[in-house]
Order: sequence, then structure tokens, then C-alpha cells
Amino acid sequence: MSASWTPSLRELERRKVRRALTRRRVLVASVATVVVIGGLAVAVVLSPGWARVRDSFFDGYHAREAFPAIVDGFWLNVRMFLIAEPVILVVALALALVRQARSPWLVPLRGLAVVYTDVVRGIPTILLVFLLVFGVPGLELQGLTNSIFFWATVALVVSYSAYVAEVFRAGIESVHPSQLASAEALALSRGQTMRYVVVPQALRRVIPPLLNDFVSLQKDTALVASVSLFDALYTARDYAAYNFNYTPYVVVACFFVVITLPLARLTDWLARWVVRRERAGVL
Amino acid sequence: MTAPRPLVEVRNVRKSYGDRVVLDDVSLAVRPGDVVCLIGSSGSGKSTLLRCLDLLEPVDDGVIEFEGREVSDPTIDPREVRRDIGMVFQAYNLFPHRTVLANCTLAPRKVHGLSRREARDRATALLGRFGLGEHVRSHPDRLSGGQQQRVALVRALCTEPKLLLLDEITAALDPELVGEVLGIVRDLAAAGTTMVLATHEMSFAREVASHVCFLDGGRIVEAGPPQQVLGDPLEPRTREFLRRVLPG
Repeated sequence: MSASWTPSLRELERRKVRRALTRRRVLVASVATVVVIGGLAVAVVLSPGWARVRDSFFDGYHAREAFPAIVDGFWLNVRMFLIAEPVILVVALALALVRQARSPWLVPLRGLAVVYTDVVRGIPTILLVFLLVFGVPGLELQGLTNSIFFWATVALVVSYSAYVAEVFRAGIESVHPSQLASAEALALSRGQTMRYVVVPQALRRVIPPLLNDFVSLQKDTALVASVSLFDALYTARDYAAYNFNYTPYVVVACFFVVITLPLARLTDWLARWVVRRERAGVL
Repeated sequence: MTAPRPLVEVRNVRKSYGDRVVLDDVSLAVRPGDVVCLIGSSGSGKSTLLRCLDLLEPVDDGVIEFEGREVSDPTIDPREVRRDIGMVFQAYNLFPHRTVLANCTLAPRKVHGLSRREARDRATALLGRFGLGEHVRSHPDRLSGGQQQRVALVRALCTEPKLLLLDEITAALDPELVGEVLGIVRDLAAAGTTMVLATHEMSFAREVASHVCFLDGGRIVEAGPPQQVLGDPLEPRTREFLRRVLPG
């Protein structure tokens, strides 16, 4: 059937109009982009202090000089992120599940989980870093490490697991009650229902907000600069203090942008994928 | 008697998703006051044709005219066309976060520029007429399927459309709830509302339709008055379809 079809003259004419409309939209978009971006650039470059800002923030020589040390420091940020992320996922899922549990034995744990998320989410992450890095070694407990890297990572885990637990909980609660009913009708236990029916659906739904939290976590690894750990930011600060030039800060910013961009694109792509999947049955 | 100018005229419309052709050279004219019933098995293109009429899907070829103006033209603003067309879906598609009244007054107020009071008066009058007066302040999910579908009908009617498109509006309902929805459609037909509806209710089609179109594989195989298409079909494929869906 489709082989014998040739577009009518009217359709060919319509396609021409559609192409013209598309061209116009592209043109409008391009002009708007050039005007907005160009306007911003002009406003910055023409500002009275631009020459001084350019010398102290965008100096090629200092960027090259600071680069190797910043790479070393940034590797610490990346390591911290890679270690913290899986731990956060596990802790947060456990917290969310405990809050959903209905067993009477788990009531005290449930209370603790509620208090934990409420309190931890209320404390600024940088304060948690201070408390754990300086506080725990102060206890002089036997067998505990005093490593700043270790306790700073723990602080990030503590802070982010509280946020991520709430993301998981929202995902679990968004699964429709009819799913619970049909799992119960099959005589699945509550644990089995969670394991095989609810959590898999919840996980799929929370992937985009989770990745959003992880982009945030990647950046927050820079908070450890406040406890004199030689991460990318502290390295840059060190260099800036010795050379009276802020270019390394811009270099560090570029590093973080470069590493978060792939995650951000992945988030967008996953969100679109979920929409496509969920809409597939509607039409 | 000279036939009035068609309200909708569809000429040689084609629509495909990738390699799958869902509408193939479809032509159809709907005159004011007509009730056109589209029948055919699932996947025959009934819903797609309705969606194309409401410009929810662009056509790949052919022409759709509404009130003598070609609306398949890419420069036409589809919203302007949809202002005059009401559509009801199989799954009701009410907005669950708004009350019944708020569902019915949204488009009249935001699109048609009615005042809050005018929109409310019109909606409550229609809701009352269709036996939904006591549910005005409820949220849709609290109502039965039949009630929800009646609300969806009222929501479409509140904009006083010149054409009403109904896409298998009783397909998701229990048999005992079908009657209450079809009763409204029957009243609307008697009042001269122009409608195009896809339906599986053959006896209903025979009763209200002024024209019946049998679709198969994206083509209109047979069209004509209901007595002829449903009572004495010419095409073997129509006969076969009717044998399968009609009891006895």
C-alpha cells in the first residue's frame, strides 16, 4: 500500500510551507540567542573594571601554572564522590524502607529514621563536615581513624543519605495502591511486595531526581576545602594566596562543570526516556 | 432539497506511523446536524481519524476542511480550530486535581473569555440537566465511571462547540453504565448537535446515526445510511465484521 503512494501536490506544497516555518523558527531562535548571549558578553566586557577582572581571573599564565596541582586536588574530589555515592544509595534506601516498614519490631528504628532525616536535613552540610572532622577525633576513641578524608566523606554520606532517603520514599509512595492490592492478592508478604513490586517501580521513577542529587554531591565535595584538605578548591586557594591571582578558581569551576555536564545530560535523557515509556500506552 | 454546505470535509487523508499506514485515502463529509458513526475493529483507524479532525495528529497527505477553511494547512493555529470543536475520550481524561465544576469552567473562562459567573452558570445548568447537580463540588475520582464520562461530555459541551468528537466513550464503562452516557448522546443528537463518534455499540449507531462509516485497515470500506450499512451491507468485509459483532 505504502509503496504506491506518492504525495499529492497539496502535500508537497504543505511540506514547503512547513520547511519555511521551521527555517523561521530557527532564525528567531538564533537571533534571540545571539542578542541575549552577546548582550551579556558586551555588558561584562564593557564594564569599568573588566581589565582588572580579566587579569586576576582569566590569566593564561596562572591557569597553566596552577593546572597540575589542581588536577591532583580534583582527583581527591572524584575519589570522595565515587566512594560516597554507592554508600549513600545503600544507606538512603535502607532509611526509606525502614520508614515504610510496618513490623512492630521496627518501630524504634522507624522513629530513629524519622529523627535522623529531619535533623540531618536541617543541618548545613558544611557544619556536618566540621562536626565530624574535628569532633569525632576529639572523642579520643580507640580504633577510630583520625583521617580528615575519611570523616569528611562520612559527613557527605550522612548529609546526602538523608536527602536521598526522602527521594526514595517519595518514589515508593508514588507507586499506585492498586499495585499493593494485587501483590497482596497474590499472598506476597509485605517484604516480598516491597522487594519485587514496589521498589523496582519506585527506583525507575526516582532516577532523574537521584541524578540531580548526585550532581549536587559532586560539587559539594568542594566543602572539604574548609577543613584544609587539599582538594581542587583548597589547592586553588593556596595558589591564589601565594600569587595574588584568582585564575585557579575559574579553572576549578571549569573542572566541576566538565564533570557534572555528562551527568546532567544523562538526567535529561533519562527523564525523556521515562516520559516516552509512560506515554507509549496513552495513545 | 439541496444539501447544506459541509461543516467538515475530509478529502484523501493519509496518516502513517513509520511504515504502518493507519489512514489510507479517507474521505468524509459531515453536514451540520449530521451524526456520523465510525465503526470497525480495533486498529482500523477510527480514533486516529478523530484525532486528525481535532488536529491532535498532523496528516501526511490530503485535506481537512472545517467550515470551508483548510485546517490541515501548517500556517493555521490549531487552537483557533479546536475552540469550536469538543472532544471526549475513552478514558474520560478529566483533570483529577480540579473539582467537577472547575473541570467544566476551565476552557470557557481561559479560552473563551467567559466571566467566572457566566462559566459557572453555564456549567451548573448543563451538569444539572445531565443529572450531575449534586456532584458539582466533588473531585472526579470520587465519581463512578458513568458519572465521570458524563462530566467529560459536559466539559466538552461547556464551550458550545460546533462539532463534537466522541472517541469510544462507552468502551471503558460497565454495561449498566453505558445507557446513562448514551442517553445523553441521544438527547444531543435529537437536539441537532453535529457529531462524529467512534463506537462499538451497533444498535446505538443504528438508532442515532445519520451516516455510518465502516473502516477496515485505515480505509473507509463502506459508508451510507445506517439501514443500508448495518442492515444490508454491500461489501463482504462489512458483512463479516457485522456477523462477528452482532449477536444472533
